[in-house]
Amino acid sequence: MEPSVRAYAALAMSDPSELVFGRAPTPVTCGFDLTIGAGQVYPEVNFTLPAITVSAENWSEIVSQYTEMVTGILRRAAALRAPGIVLEFELLPAMTECPEWGAEITALLHRALEEAHGKHGLRCALRVTPTDIREQGKPPLLRGGPGVEKLLRSFELCAQAGADILSIESIGGKEVHDQALLYGDVPGIMFALGVLAPRDMAWLWRQIAGICEGHSALIAGGDSACAFANTAMQLAHQRMLPEVLAAVVRGMSAVRSLVAFEQGAIGPSKDCAYEGPILKSITGCPISMEGRSATCAHFSPMGNIASAMCDLWSNESVQNVRLLSGSAPEAYTESLIYDCRLMNAASERGGALMLRDWLTASDRWLSPQAAVLSPEATVEIASAIVAAESHYDRTLAAGRAVVSILRAGLGSGAMQISPKERQWLDRIERELCAIPPDEMDLRQQVEERYEGMFDPPSYGLLAY
Amino acid sequence: MTELQKLYDAILSGDTKTAVAVTREALAENADPMELIGRYMIPAMDEVGRLFQCEEYFVPELLLAARAMKGSLELIRPLLAASGLQPAGRVVIGTVKGDLHDIGKNIVASMLEGGGFEVIDLGADVAPERFVEAIQQGNANLVCLSALLTVTMPSMRTTIEALKQAGVRDRVKVLVGGAPVTRQFAQQIGADGYSEDAPGAVALARQMVAAL
Repeated sequence: MEPSVRAYAALAMSDPSELVFGRAPTPVTCGFDLTIGAGQVYPEVNFTLPAITVSAENWSEIVSQYTEMVTGILRRAAALRAPGIVLEFELLPAMTECPEWGAEITALLHRALEEAHGKHGLRCALRVTPTDIREQGKPPLLRGGPGVEKLLRSFELCAQAGADILSIESIGGKEVHDQALLYGDVPGIMFALGVLAPRDMAWLWRQIAGICEGHSALIAGGDSACAFANTAMQLAHQRMLPEVLAAVVRGMSAVRSLVAFEQGAIGPSKDCAYEGPILKSITGCPISMEGRSATCAHFSPMGNIASAMCDLWSNESVQNVRLLSGSAPEAYTESLIYDCRLMNAASERGGALMLRDWLTASDRWLSPQAAVLSPEATVEIASAIVAAESHYDRTLAAGRAVVSILRAGLGSGAMQISPKERQWLDRIERELCAIPPDEMDLRQQVEERYEGMFDPPSYGLLAY
Repeated sequence: MTELQKLYDAILSGDTKTAVAVTREALAENADPMELIGRYMIPAMDEVGRLFQCEEYFVPELLLAARAMKGSLELIRPLLAASGLQPAGRVVIGTVKGDLHDIGKNIVASMLEGGGFEVIDLGADVAPERFVEAIQQGNANLVCLSALLTVTMPSMRTTIEALKQAGVRDRVKVLVGGAPVTRQFAQQIGADGYSEDAPGAVALARQMVAAL
């Protein structure tokens, strides 16, 4: 394991009954008087442009679009008397390529939140997520070059412009993982998630945590295995990959997402990190999740269970298009606020665990991907992770824990999957068992298939 | 004599090693390359496509079969070229400018290769002028454009406009795809075809080449 700030050798929350929405052992305070994880669940609204080009020529139109979106979102939050809200601004690639553009929109959103706080007393914060534009080269160069410089400058300028939380959906290891996933190559997936991704996460998050240290009120939020596990989830949704493989990838990818916390992130983790509950169990930090109210962006088989342990509840991303009710960002703000109201009312009346269990039970055994998100499964996977030492061993342990959970679900008759999915589960189990204990042996094993696809020095590895 | 049914089975099961070995053996015994393709390889890929459509196969099985097909084709292609036969088509493929997503594009590229097309993959975030260059240099007759972001969909239109301005639009058929792309959008921007999945893209590519 590379040098880290925190090693996480034990769980912050080891009892499944402790894991519930709205409460985290180490809440975070940020933005305009907003504390996350201290009892209430808040909406996190993420919004994006419709089909228009982002360019200097139509920049004024882009600014108008963001102004319109934030105005609508905050109007709805004030009208429904939301107790708090987080806005997430995910920069589009062009806005990270030109960091000044991302910073300008960040400043615009910051001003809007400041005004809403002053006018309505709305507790609020702004999460800013630059695009990981380091993947342009083949193989991607992750530790130097123009992409890296622009990305880090984007973080810095957005921090100066008023971001309260910094996050990213980083892509180190994706170049190998994409190929391995498409070919169902379990050793390749293990190499990407257990060897490459944690090394890049450690490097990248040291930079992000360093930027946050330079700004007194700025928080290093967290990362997401979006490029890995959500890719698998979407391909499984389209019947391109088996769901059991997507579930195993989810569990394994938690280890690389945990590295952000090892390096200084304190939450809330990213909304699309469905591995969030595992991170919460290990770190005690608050998490953001998305599910049934993110259908504007994508479908998933875990819409309810995803909210069972969340501290922020997100819509993932919604385009600024017109609906019968109003603008789509405004409409989804309302949906999220009502979801949060229900969870918060349950908490106030002592019913949080009951609602959590209903949210869990309604999805848990209908999909292998949901099965690994229950509080019990979360603790099982998290325990397997902290019981191992290196990132490599942790990734392998997480994969095996997921297989064990799925086997138990099948064995008890609670979960049913197709014969084809069963064949895949057998195969995944066999291949995980055959992974060599030494990561360099695995590197040798997969070398022929992936040589040239990744840049070893970008991961602190010796070149071939 | 080589048992050629093994070639069909090897492609169907994604066994590149066996597919290549059987092909090599058959060619050494002077088997007709066109017969290998027409009676065993294409039917095997058709069956793979059918199994995928009815959800018996996932993408890994599909791509492994395409890889086996490609392995065999690499042995056969020089013989076909010597006899004047061309690949199924020449395709330039890429994710349009501003968009870094490439997994869907990669699936389509692999399946096109498995389907006997010669594929020039330009990668992701590809500027319109690079498509133009590749068409001119590679003598392509098909262009496949991919986008995953709503804000990069306009780049598809820009790319098609660039093909027109460079005078190469009439030489190629343009297919578009990606999560936010619709048939209606494809028509609006002047594309020739749209597919919502990879097998559909290959089938459409075959139809378009046949109609050229």
